Amino acid sequence: MSHSSDPVSPEGNESPAATSDTESKDGAVIILFFIIGLAASMVVGWVVFPTLLYSKKYQPVSFNHTLHVKEVENGCQSCHFLRKDGTFSGIPTLNSCKSCHESVQGETEEEARFVSQYVDRNREVPWLIYSRQPDCVFFSHAAHIVTAKMDCVTCHGHIGESDRSPVYEVNRITGYSRNIWGKSIAGIKHNSWDRMKMDDCSACHVRENVRQTSVQTEKGGCFVCHK
Amino acid sequence: MKVDRRSFLAFGVGGAAGTALSPLPWKLTDDLSIWSQRWPWVPIPKDGEIRYETSTCTLCPGGCGIAVRMIGERPVKIEGRKDHPVNQGGVCLRGAAGLQYLYGPSRVRTPLKRVGKRGQGQWARISWEAALSELAGKLKALRNDGHPEGLACITGKDRGTVAALLKRFMTAFGTPNYFGPATSTHALETAVRTMTGQEGPVGFDLEHSDLVLSFGSGLLDGWGSPVRVFKAVSHRIERHAEVIQVDSRMSNTAARADRWIAINPGTEGVLALGMAHVIIAKSLYNQQFINQFAAGFDAFKKIVMADFTPDAVAGITGAAPGVIAELAEKFSQAKRPVALCGRGRGMVPGALSESMAVVALNALVGGINQDGGLRLLPDPAYISWPEPVMDPVALKGNQAPRLDGAGDHPVFSPATPNRFFDQLRENAARTPAILMVAEANPLYTLRDTQAVEKTLKQIPYLVSFSSFMDETARQADLILPNHMFLERFEDVPSPAGFSRPFIGLSRPVVAASYNTRHIGDTLIDLARRLKGSIAAAFRWTNYETCLKETLGRKWDGMLKNGYWMNTAASPVSWNTLFKTRSGRFEFNGEDMAAPPWKSIHVAAAGDSSAFPLVFVPYDSIRLASGSVGNAPFMTKTVPDTVLIKEEIVVEINRETAGRYHLAEGKKATLATPRGQVTVRVHLSDRIMPGLVAMPTGLGHTAYDDFLAGKGVNVNQLIGPAKDPLSGYDAAWGIRAKITKA
Ligand code: SF4
Repeated sequence: MSHSSDPVSPEGNESPAATSDTESKDGAVIILFFIIGLAASMVVGWVVFPTLLYSKKYQPVSFNHTLHVKEVENGCQSCHFLRKDGTFSGIPTLNSCKSCHESVQGETEEEARFVSQYVDRNREVPWLIYSRQPDCVFFSHAAHIVTAKMDCVTCHGHIGESDRSPVYEVNRITGYSRNIWGKSIAGIKHNSWDRMKMDDCSACHVRENVRQTSVQTEKGGCFVCHK
Repeated sequence: MKVDRRSFLAFGVGGAAGTALSPLPWKLTDDLSIWSQRWPWVPIPKDGEIRYETSTCTLCPGGCGIAVRMIGERPVKIEGRKDHPVNQGGVCLRGAAGLQYLYGPSRVRTPLKRVGKRGQGQWARISWEAALSELAGKLKALRNDGHPEGLACITGKDRGTVAALLKRFMTAFGTPNYFGPATSTHALETAVRTMTGQEGPVGFDLEHSDLVLSFGSGLLDGWGSPVRVFKAVSHRIERHAEVIQVDSRMSNTAARADRWIAINPGTEGVLALGMAHVIIAKSLYNQQFINQFAAGFDAFKKIVMADFTPDAVAGITGAAPGVIAELAEKFSQAKRPVALCGRGRGMVPGALSESMAVVALNALVGGINQDGGLRLLPDPAYISWPEPVMDPVALKGNQAPRLDGAGDHPVFSPATPNRFFDQLRENAARTPAILMVAEANPLYTLRDTQAVEKTLKQIPYLVSFSSFMDETARQADLILPNHMFLERFEDVPSPAGFSRPFIGLSRPVVAASYNTRHIGDTLIDLARRLKGSIAAAFRWTNYETCLKETLGRKWDGMLKNGYWMNTAASPVSWNTLFKTRSGRFEFNGEDMAAPPWKSIHVAAAGDSSAFPLVFVPYDSIRLASGSVGNAPFMTKTVPDTVLIKEEIVVEINRETAGRYHLAEGKKATLATPRGQVTVRVHLSDRIMPGLVAMPTGLGHTAYDDFLAGKGVNVNQLIGPAKDPLSGYDAAWGIRAKITKA
């Protein structure tokens, strides 16, 4: 195979000078192409791919956490609470919102829209959930906030201090929010809330030395979260 | 610069290296694995606050209290109510799969009018207004012709306000042709009525009995109120009670009983009388009861002593004389024994004398209205509407003879849908002009399916109220779909065999999913359209107010608890119990021309030389054999000894199979005098030689892909046998032959 590309003259006489010159030139070209290939794929992998992978969505109503936290008495728990049966309420339903927003309270456009489109029509707001985990995960808020006494910020970050809803980036392949994998496409995290993949759960479980078997089935490992 | 292949390769290698150094492959692998968990058909339950709505299940006569787990407005699971006296927290497979009926594809979603040929399944969706005015028009025309008796109605339920409204509608309209169901519960109640003079439900105090003797009753196969019976049977161990199962094959019940007595099929009543013989011969009966509270004992004794000797009974039943004697002794010596009747799930009434024999056996040991025995319950009699006033047309119509020939015997006049079809076959001139079918599916549940279908096709106008596209609805001209049970109010009185006066309340846990209407509202609306005395008989604004008014003082409590139960009522003592003219328990029944015991042994129809075997249908808790078929989840639990893909499997004894050269799993042709089908065979030691057993509940041709075309409907192979005493269907089997296919 290498024969065909050797710089051999038709007569079979080799020209030493010409050979070394062509070789170094060819080498440079090869390296150049290697670098071009490397660079291009790095650009694709690091820049183009993440842009293509996620599409941007906006919440139906932009929510101002800062404003609400000031108004309510009980901090996060005023709207996101554990129900009596131990399940977590998650994002409040329209009914909870209605207890204050039966009619327009303030002057923002968002609120006016919220009242006219959802409250008046008695339609649930289709909120996009940044922290939604796949259905195969059995996550108990009670175990984390009551038993382990963790605060909201550890996993959810400073969302409670935001004055508008962040853009919701949805993974086109999986359908889940980018918040699960994290902003950094390389998966690098600086804060505990930057990424919420399975490894992050188990790293914390190991570090905090939590029970390594399922409470329900006594099975170990995976069964703590996957029932 | 020369761009040759080497540079291109270099580019490729660089690209590969760069890709490996970027997150792309790792992230993509991760994403694809998550993607593969999100197929669109994988159900992901809704998340949200969980609450429970309580109601009563009406999928069978069990009357179980259910707690429906709701997320938002969506029911996601049916559980048993732990605080419910009937089922105490349990539900059966069917109840648990109940939501599949709500959302399944076989629901009729709006009134439908037939446009194609009958049974072709071509429908026009019409409005309720159009549907009701069409039906009202046809009904008015009948009355204008002076023949309101040309309207007939078949219903699958004959208790509670819905049945009472239907009956009232028929009476006010002017027709006697209202046909309720006929099951073993009805046969038992008729038996009790003629022997004790009591009208009303009959219960069995299984929870307190120390010996339950079941004459073929499928205690674990759906008999009575299935969950309650399951519980009573499984708790017997703690109570040191015993269950003895008399059965011709090792049913689930027989397999889990303390003792299984194998007898020839259809001879349960004979065995009961054989036991009576031993009990009387050895004077093991309750002397006080017989001497002070019974009548007709001498005549009973005479027949039993003469015709039902252990040897004679052994000859018929196949049980050894010693076993009969032992059983009789055991039964009479138990503290609180009870004998049960109704084969399998009790869908077929059987001969009246069979029920009477079992009641007589209970009476012999004094087990009537005693702890652990048979209980005569006062009729809750809460439906006390004034009789509808009939106009002259209605008065005349109601005088016409009934189309099922009921009423031709002074005592026993049960209405039976089977006989209605039989009579029409004999005399086509009496075909009604309009037949309404409510909560029934005669085209599937009645015996001799082919004949029923032919007769049904003669009826010019068929109206169905079915919630589902069942076999009968598919033949209809008009469908006025009822809400299904999770969408409607209804009273559910007297769970089958329950030992206390009880009324359950079924109530809507979800808003109607489709354009359906409560049948009660449909009837009230129809009556209004017919005006005059019919409208006057239906003054309620709607069904809910009718129900509320009817239940009166009970209503509030029922809304709160979901049921009404008379806990105070203690069983009436023998002194005042019997309402017969003699004031005593009549061993041979009241008003019988002769003691009824001659007709107790019903033979299987067919010629034994052409059909050397005997075909017996059997019931299973995994297969719903009533008017509403299996939910998909239920069919998933059916083993391959019952159904292999679409093919039905019959059970046959190894030895018998050998005689016909049949091997396990192989195809065979099964023929009876009524029909012929292809089956696969399962060889078994759990069934007597000479029998071929087939499960009930399969072989639907309507509904949806989950149910239609799977297996064979036993009713295709078996015809009704008229009990000479009562007219009830007494057939428990039929002669058959099987050949290698
Ligand atoms: S036993 Fe009957 S009433 Fe009870 S849950 Fe099952 S189907 Fe419903």
